[in-house]
Amino acid sequence: MTTTQVLRRDTLASVAARIRSHIVDMCAGPEGGHLGGGLSCVEVLTSLYFSVLNVDPQRPDDPARDRFLLSKGHAAVALYATLAERGFLPVEELAEYGRPGSRLMGHPVRAVPGVEMPTGSLGHGLALACGFALAGRYAGHDSRSFVLLGDGELQEGSVWEAAIAAVSLKLDRLVAVVDRNGLQLTGTTERIAPMEPLADRWRGFGWAVRDVDGHDADQLAEHLAAAPWEPGRPSVLIARTVKGHGLPFLAGRASSHYVTLSERNHARATGALRTSDAAT
Amino acid sequence: MSRATREAYRDSLLPLLDGHPDLICLDTDTGLFSAEHAAAAGEQYLNLGIAEHNLMGIAAGLAACGRMPFVNTMAAFATSRALEAVKIDIAYNRLPVRIMATHGGLAAGHLGPTHHALEDLAVFRVLPGMTVVVPADAAATETFVEQSLSIEGPLYVRLGRKPSPPLPAATPPVIGQAQTLREGGDVVLACCGPYPVLACLTAAEVLAVYGIEATVLNLHTLRPFDTETLVAAARPATLVVTLEEHWRDGGLGGAVAEALAEAAPTRVLRLGMPDRFVDEVGNQEHLVTHYDLTAEQVVRTVRTALDTATDRKDITT
Repeated sequence: MTTTQVLRRDTLASVAARIRSHIVDMCAGPEGGHLGGGLSCVEVLTSLYFSVLNVDPQRPDDPARDRFLLSKGHAAVALYATLAERGFLPVEELAEYGRPGSRLMGHPVRAVPGVEMPTGSLGHGLALACGFALAGRYAGHDSRSFVLLGDGELQEGSVWEAAIAAVSLKLDRLVAVVDRNGLQLTGTTERIAPMEPLADRWRGFGWAVRDVDGHDADQLAEHLAAAPWEPGRPSVLIARTVKGHGLPFLAGRASSHYVTLSERNHARATGALRTSDAAT
Repeated sequence: MSRATREAYRDSLLPLLDGHPDLICLDTDTGLFSAEHAAAAGEQYLNLGIAEHNLMGIAAGLAACGRMPFVNTMAAFATSRALEAVKIDIAYNRLPVRIMATHGGLAAGHLGPTHHALEDLAVFRVLPGMTVVVPADAAATETFVEQSLSIEGPLYVRLGRKPSPPLPAATPPVIGQAQTLREGGDVVLACCGPYPVLACLTAAEVLAVYGIEATVLNLHTLRPFDTETLVAAARPATLVVTLEEHWRDGGLGGAVAEALAEAAPTRVLRLGMPDRFVDEVGNQEHLVTHYDLTAEQVVRTVRTALDTATDRKDITT
């Protein structure tokens, strides 16, 4: 089923709501999960997989496909939920996340259909995506390569090695998205290692930059679909998000980084998501 | 005429590019490829700048899309600076990236410990699925470059910097198969790399004068390790001595000791760079001599060990 066909029967907001609900369920499992950073990138993933990416779960190895990499691999719960909703793996399998014998590890592995490369150690995805984009150019495909970076991840020097290379190689079929939730494990990025003015930093490296609301899936889809925004330049979308978005008792808190939801908090979270669904 | 292994690599890769459009040569401004070389390679050569993690990451991305990248950096940087990208992006995904690591061992000479690689073999040979080879001369390098096209998964090739001493002609080595350069039943001299192989061949000749017959094994492939040939050579022998341009632990000596401990327990004496960083200026030849990675040390070690063994036998009988 193509991306367009998927879109016809659903809205991005309703898909995002289902993905959010899966994430909450997974983080109530025995091992818990990276809840806050998973919830912050739901709309980014939804817009990519349900509106932008040219991928087909029936032909996951199509050499001309668009490629997506979750460089902030700790948001695996969000990727698994998205891939399941998109048909790469059964939705029922999400219940296996973190359980002994499951392929759904705490960081994405290639054994999971739709996962291009294993990620988890931060600072790897942008160089890999440069390689994807370069390979697409060599092959003469008009495919694009997308990579989602965490904002804390930008503290890794290897990100900037790749940021330089992407510009010097003129990889305009490469699109990076920064999940700018402003928080890392122990606090705000601005207290620990200030990143602002973030857009200027990327611009200074030679990237085409857009700075947008990271929870408006329709707007995200529009921007991402339109890339490249400037000929000959890679694009970076700074998605302003909220860590733990959708759960009022965790949203905007660093403590949402890794959570094993108790039965009580699982119920609270489910209730909160239901209320916010009703509101939208 | 002796040639540097790194130049042999470059000169054997360039003619292969035309017939193999999937090959791509990625550089980190090492200077090995001149403007003329780059022009000859056309779009199949890219200088990515001085960024070794980035080099390995881009190579992995390309390889995941069906390309076979040859990546150029120094052994020191491939091993320590870029190791995480090598481990996670390349080895974990079993991708066919060819890591062409120049300045292996002490080849960087006077440039000092920041540019020496005395741990690379230990590091690379523990990575699952990694093939690790050390050509002993330019001819072997050319052979390995050609053979590398049919090797599955990642490959690490330790190269030198300057021309190394010429070696006696031998049948071309095959990746994965130990090369028996001389046969003798008393001791086995196991080695890899230009200077150690030459030293062991010289040592074997000297030992023969003392009535000690040595097998010389060029164990150019550290992974997959040719345990079978090693064990066959070691069975009749009373002693195995290893020599390498590498810290004593974890490299060839480690591989030999591990293999023999499991398959054919034999006394193994490991010779290599002492447990310290280089502390004086010298070119590769000087440093190899200064730290006694020499035929003399091999002879001394064998003779002392055999004498001691004989003495012990005399005492016990």
